[in-house]
Amino acid sequence: MMLSQIAMALGFSLILLGLYGALTNRDIIRMIVSFTIASTGVNVVLVSVGYLPGRSAPILDEAVPVAEAATRITDPVPQALVLTAIVIGLGVTALMLAYAYRLFRARGSLDISDFTELKW
Amino acid sequence: MTTRSFIPLVLLALLGTVFFALFVGFTPDETLNRTASYYATQTVPETGAQNVVTAIIVTYRGLDTLGEVTVLFLTAAIVGLVLAQSKAPKGRSGSGFLPSGELLTTGTRMLVPVILLFGAYVFANGHLTPGGGFQGGAIVASGLLLMLLADPAERFSHRLISRIESSAGLIYVILGLLGMIFAGGFLDNRILPLGWFGSVFSAGAIPLIYILIGLKVGAEFSSILTSLEDTEDAQ
Amino acid sequence: MTALTLVAAVLAVATLGAALMALTTRSTAIAVLSAGLVSLFASVLFLLLAAPDVAMTEAAIGSGLTTFLFFFVLGRIRREGSK
Repeated sequence: MMLSQIAMALGFSLILLGLYGALTNRDIIRMIVSFTIASTGVNVVLVSVGYLPGRSAPILDEAVPVAEAATRITDPVPQALVLTAIVIGLGVTALMLAYAYRLFRARGSLDISDFTELKW
Repeated sequence: MTTRSFIPLVLLALLGTVFFALFVGFTPDETLNRTASYYATQTVPETGAQNVVTAIIVTYRGLDTLGEVTVLFLTAAIVGLVLAQSKAPKGRSGSGFLPSGELLTTGTRMLVPVILLFGAYVFANGHLTPGGGFQGGAIVASGLLLMLLADPAERFSHRLISRIESSAGLIYVILGLLGMIFAGGFLDNRILPLGWFGSVFSAGAIPLIYILIGLKVGAEFSSILTSLEDTEDAQ
Repeated sequence: MTALTLVAAVLAVATLGAALMALTTRSTAIAVLSAGLVSLFASVLFLLLAAPDVAMTEAAIGSGLTTFLFFFVLGRIRREGSK
């Protein structure tokens, strides 16, 4: 197996594990933890798609002359995408945690089965 | 096995099949695709930045980055709004933690300026080395986090944080508009000379824009942290 | 199999182990720490995948600030729950 395939397999497994945890856990905090694992998995998959075997990072310094850039660097576009995705991920996690805290204050519980108002 | 735990497993098995098909059908490219090779060859003549990822984030896809910091601002604002009802009155320690020991307080006093300096270094050198506004902003916010840990009773001025945040955003948009007037389009970095390739003052407006992004992101993270800190225990 | 692939394979196994630990442990604090460990291992993997920018971001934000946020909220909930 090659490096990018190992990383991609890991990323897909992390997504599945994270979603499994989010679907089966009853504790809201544990669900949020599982979501962060799943989002890490998505990032790993995206970066592994952009990796080209044997190439170096997309930074053009002495090691990678400008003239040879197109044959020496990996794909920079997925990296730029993932960079922004990580930052947004923290924002979303903070939002989920703030809501979880509010729910705890309102009801004194973090068990998802105690919140039945929207259940039918 | 009850149906409750059975249904998620079935769903995940279906999803896993899709992922497995994707994984088997994936062969790594041998060469860059057209977009990527455009970025690889044109980044230096067009933007003068060494770090291609920075060039993509700040200039080529600069509008997306503007949208992204806006999303981050919205999450910070919503976190503040959600926690506003449980805010502690002024002058009281929100978290109720005891003040920390001498070691942490002294260490914080020594470390925080260095951490802030390192954060500023990371976001001012984003066009040359790995790093940039997002990483630097996170480092600045972690310096503030250390201060919060050392003295939980200390309150940071929300007004100062929001002033920094909104003025950085405003200057960011103005720089983008200047790019429309004086150069090729919105957020074009060629409003300033491209300079000597590889030096700190190069790549046109990229360092300036990334510093603004760093300030904005740092202020947004700090605002999330302080609004969590300011909440008060339920009675 | 080159040395790089070997390192990546070991890292992948360690990451999966940390993720499984995060899902199976009974203690929420250990789950949060394991999720931070997953992020940290993933950031090393990003470095191997020639993405230093992403590795920096993941290490600073994914495993640093996120873990802290979790512990902050957990601490508040613990204290209020014990009252």
